[in-house]
Amino acid sequence: MLDFLKLKVLLFQEYLGLAGRATQNVIRRPFYGQDLLLQMDTIGVGSLPITILIGFFSGAVMALQMSRALAQYGASGEVGKITALTLVRELGPVLTALLVAGRNASGIASELGSMKVTEQIDAMRALGTDPIKKLVTPRLIALCIMLPLLTVLADFIGLFGGYMVGVPLLRLTTGSQYWVSSYQALEYNDLAQGLLKPFIFAYIIASVGCFFGMKTTGGTQGVGRATTQAVVVASVWIFVIDIFITRIFVWIAT
Amino acid sequence: MADDDILRFENVSLHFDGDAAPALSSVSFQLKASDTIVLYGAAGSGKTVLLKLALGLLRAGSGRIFLFGRDVTNLREEEWFEMRARTGVLFQEGGLFDSMTIEENVSYPLINQKNTAIPSDEVHRRVEEVLQFVGLPQTLEKFPSELSGGMRRRVGIARATVTQPRLVLYDSPTAGLDPITANRIVALLIKERELRNTASMIVTHRFQDGHMLATFRYNPQTEKVLEVPPAQRMHLRTRFFVMQEGRLVFEGTEDELAGSTDPYVSKFNMQRA
Repeated sequence: MLDFLKLKVLLFQEYLGLAGRATQNVIRRPFYGQDLLLQMDTIGVGSLPITILIGFFSGAVMALQMSRALAQYGASGEVGKITALTLVRELGPVLTALLVAGRNASGIASELGSMKVTEQIDAMRALGTDPIKKLVTPRLIALCIMLPLLTVLADFIGLFGGYMVGVPLLRLTTGSQYWVSSYQALEYNDLAQGLLKPFIFAYIIASVGCFFGMKTTGGTQGVGRATTQAVVVASVWIFVIDIFITRIFVWIAT
Repeated sequence: MADDDILRFENVSLHFDGDAAPALSSVSFQLKASDTIVLYGAAGSGKTVLLKLALGLLRAGSGRIFLFGRDVTNLREEEWFEMRARTGVLFQEGGLFDSMTIEENVSYPLINQKNTAIPSDEVHRRVEEVLQFVGLPQTLEKFPSELSGGMRRRVGIARATVTQPRLVLYDSPTAGLDPITANRIVALLIKERELRNTASMIVTHRFQDGHMLATFRYNPQTEKVLEVPPAQRMHLRTRFFVMQEGRLVFEGTEDELAGSTDPYVSKFNMQRA
């Protein structure tokens, strides 16, 4: 039992070491701009279609669910408010982060893992470049820039999904009332947590994906294992960190 | 410290956690400028570990390592990048970046190393030149997966030598290749060491490779490797090391290797085999 705990603590310590070095490299030269742009395209632009799709349906299903609950209290007109609050505070950041974790933590871990088992990471070190600087830092920065942007987009598309259900489909309220109540419901506190969460989730996804990728051993089987671990650990941490951030913002708001 | 002191190990040992036996046990040797060391040994005897230690990819448990006269035993990873930029390496499987073209692979050290100050228009010319050197001038736009095993190994040599390092380490450059391709690779190593005057360390399982390195010389006029008469072979400065279970059990010339009566060492002797 003690050995198991020691192993986990060691793993976490190694993770902190990698995440720390990758973060330090953000302000250290050389700066691999081309790699950053490539990652922003792969991670950000590549995740656009799925983000739009899931954003729309999560907003739509939220409005659909809320329509029944609100009708019980005769508050169907509040559908815009409820959709906006749940999307911006919670569903937008968490769902987008989970999608991006599924798509990119796995992608990063398998890419770096394959490089590791075929000695490409060692080759990179041997050729005089820091693999953390060249591989990890660009992915970290790219995700920290792109995930908040994707989340904002998912929030907006989600609101549009809610509008499609609430206004033309169920006729719960008018279009202008839907948008005005959505807009008025949101406070700075909501926007702040709606943007801070994806930023922190992005850090988790990138660092966890890179960590498991860089730690890969054991050939192709090891790559598969690293990929699965990266997605599972990143997803769990997204939920765990989410509750802490939410608690802080609830505390600030009260 | 002499200027021609390229690589020196002093009682270097390394023990991996969980392993019963050490990966490397008290290894000492010296490699000087223009020297060639051929490193023989059974699988798992510590040959690759020795190369990785020389490059700082692994850290010595005890002892000291000097590279280009500098004590690199406890160098920080950031400081290693500058040292590694002066060393070429060919990995066992080539270690090419499979998502990059051959041109991008070979130009990688020129573009990404901090202290390789080369103007960008010079890079393409240098890559073409080094690919010409290894006999693959038409592969610039290809990906490693489109090349044969021997061609990939040659691209690996091109990448290892594009910065014109003073020391090149080759990890099993001929492993898994047919004899004709393997001889072509070794001829390339001979050409590289003689035209550029590099020190080299070659890990191999094939005694034919060692024999060629110890007895052949590159002739720039005919552009071929030719066997050197026995009396002149000492000028090729090729020494043989044999490793067994992490220990350096033999160090000497090809003739001394041929004369060894040790049952393990003599397995790497061409005549007896």
